[in-house]
Amino acid sequence: MIAYIIRRLLYTIPIIFGVLLVTFILFNVVSGDVSDQIAGKAASAETIKEIRAEYGWDKPLFLSWDSQFINHLKNCLTFQFGRSWSDRELIITKIAQGALPSLSLTVPMFIGEVAISISLALIVAFFRGTIIDIMSVFICVVLMSVPFLSFILFGQYFLAFKWGLFPVYFWPDLPLPQYVALPVLIGIIAGLGGNLRFYRTVMLDELRNDYVRTAFAKGLSSRSVLFRHVLKNAMIPIITQVILAIPFLFLGSLLLERFFGIPGLGYLMIDAIGARDFQVINAMTFIGAILFVVFNLITDICYSIVDPRVSFE
Amino acid sequence: MNKAKEKNNVPKIKGRSYWADSLRQLRKHKLAMYSLGIIVVYILVVMFIYLANWTKIDVPFLDWNQQVGKEYERPNKQNILGTDFLGRSVLRKTIYGARVSLTVAFWASIISMSIGVPLGAAAGYFRGFIDDIVVWLYTTLSSIPYILLILAFALVLRGKTLSLHWLGLGTISLSGISTVYLAIGLTSWVGICRLIRGEVMKHKERDYILAAQSYGCGSSRIIFRHLIPNVFHLIIISFSLQFVGFIQAEVILSFLGLGEKNSPSWGAMIDAARLDLPKGYWWEMTAATAAIFIISLALNIFGDALRDSLDPKLKVQ
Repeated sequence: MIAYIIRRLLYTIPIIFGVLLVTFILFNVVSGDVSDQIAGKAASAETIKEIRAEYGWDKPLFLSWDSQFINHLKNCLTFQFGRSWSDRELIITKIAQGALPSLSLTVPMFIGEVAISISLALIVAFFRGTIIDIMSVFICVVLMSVPFLSFILFGQYFLAFKWGLFPVYFWPDLPLPQYVALPVLIGIIAGLGGNLRFYRTVMLDELRNDYVRTAFAKGLSSRSVLFRHVLKNAMIPIITQVILAIPFLFLGSLLLERFFGIPGLGYLMIDAIGARDFQVINAMTFIGAILFVVFNLITDICYSIVDPRVSFE
Repeated sequence: MNKAKEKNNVPKIKGRSYWADSLRQLRKHKLAMYSLGIIVVYILVVMFIYLANWTKIDVPFLDWNQQVGKEYERPNKQNILGTDFLGRSVLRKTIYGARVSLTVAFWASIISMSIGVPLGAAAGYFRGFIDDIVVWLYTTLSSIPYILLILAFALVLRGKTLSLHWLGLGTISLSGISTVYLAIGLTSWVGICRLIRGEVMKHKERDYILAAQSYGCGSSRIIFRHLIPNVFHLIIISFSLQFVGFIQAEVILSFLGLGEKNSPSWGAMIDAARLDLPKGYWWEMTAATAAIFIISLALNIFGDALRDSLDPKLKVQ
């Protein structure tokens, strides 16, 4: 078991190296030297030189002990992403500040989403083949076809602006539940179609198994088969899906945060896109990837504990 | 003697090929056929726009930049969908916006297929070192959150020139639309690659591959003439299901200002309407939403029907 965990840990090293390579190629090789952009139009040659020295663009790309690539590896692995171009603040503190507002939006959204779509999926699976099932699948497809932006814009316009049920915009004095309520609601509705369909497929796949037939054959009612047998077994794919979605919660919801003015990581990212601040995007990409790799590891280890078929060879 | 006669009496059942059978099943699906009709209409519109641009024929209806009325006119008889802040027809902009969306989705699909399918097939067929490299590559890409990856690509590729001298094509300067489809295409081949790799690994063990190998076929012939045609249904299914995702991704990129700037797109229309909506100018936003909604719905329904009819696993049940 410990050998398995160690091997699995070693396996993450090439992945993290790959992520660093991708971000390096994107932000140092392809985007190249953008010091003149940071300095602005009226900058002197000296300022540009200073900026180049700060970001290390005057060094060779690869083949040197002090090359840009080695520095990129060092900086990312020690989480020292430097300062943002626009306000000269440390990027890592900006990210640390943004994490909490992001999580306060995404965590309730995620929990609500999973709870609602799994319970609806069970109900739909219960009525499989009937008109209720067909209609709900159709509604899912309809929900999946509406662009996410339209959900946000129309939701904000009607529910908050016109009917005044929710605050329109983030206001630091308001209690937390009040201003995240509407974005959470919109996020849940926008994601419901895809999620419900996914969980319905999981449930129906499970219903095809032999043990379900056995349970029906021995005279169990539909309800007890679904809730006592199917739900338990369907938990494995569901938990995998859920754990792997957790790292994305930290990144916040780009568009929701922008529209509701929540000062989280999504907002930070939109700002960075506007300012073409590659360092911020680089930091976010790296942190997102690290979180994903870590949670993937956790899933695999949980899996190996739960499922005896996973071998430790 | 008797037996032989009986044999002759058995009516001859004409076999249907896999593709003919799938097509027959698909045709019976009425909703899917209507959806296909809608998709064809969108494609024809886009082709007509390209044709008109190419031949320089002046079609008044396609002149989206023309002022047709006052600013912010409500939908009326003259301008069915109203006008925008410069008095331009929203209807014309919506129709013209189909060009950006469908072009991006089309090229992004082509790029992601042409990276994902050969890589997946090679990894599944050769295994060993090549497999390790391909798996490493796609695991790396899939550990980066998708939206961040697309944004990073779109941001970095913007305004760059791509030298294709080694292909004998000259240079391509990336701007607007080509940045978007490159960013989407280069980041979304992972799914199809993984799918094809798994399927090829299964097919590789089958007898027909052994037969081809013992005839002395080369690896590339086996992959392209034998393996890929046998997993082609997967390519079609994922092509049709990915297409919706690409249209929606283009909308978000355009909305964030990373898309096409010089001609209308649905994402840019939504971005423009963002500030108009609180003032009560709802028509531009509604028109763009409806345009995206109709093509997405049609593609979703058609893609599902296509999967049901093409997937042999679903056929048996």
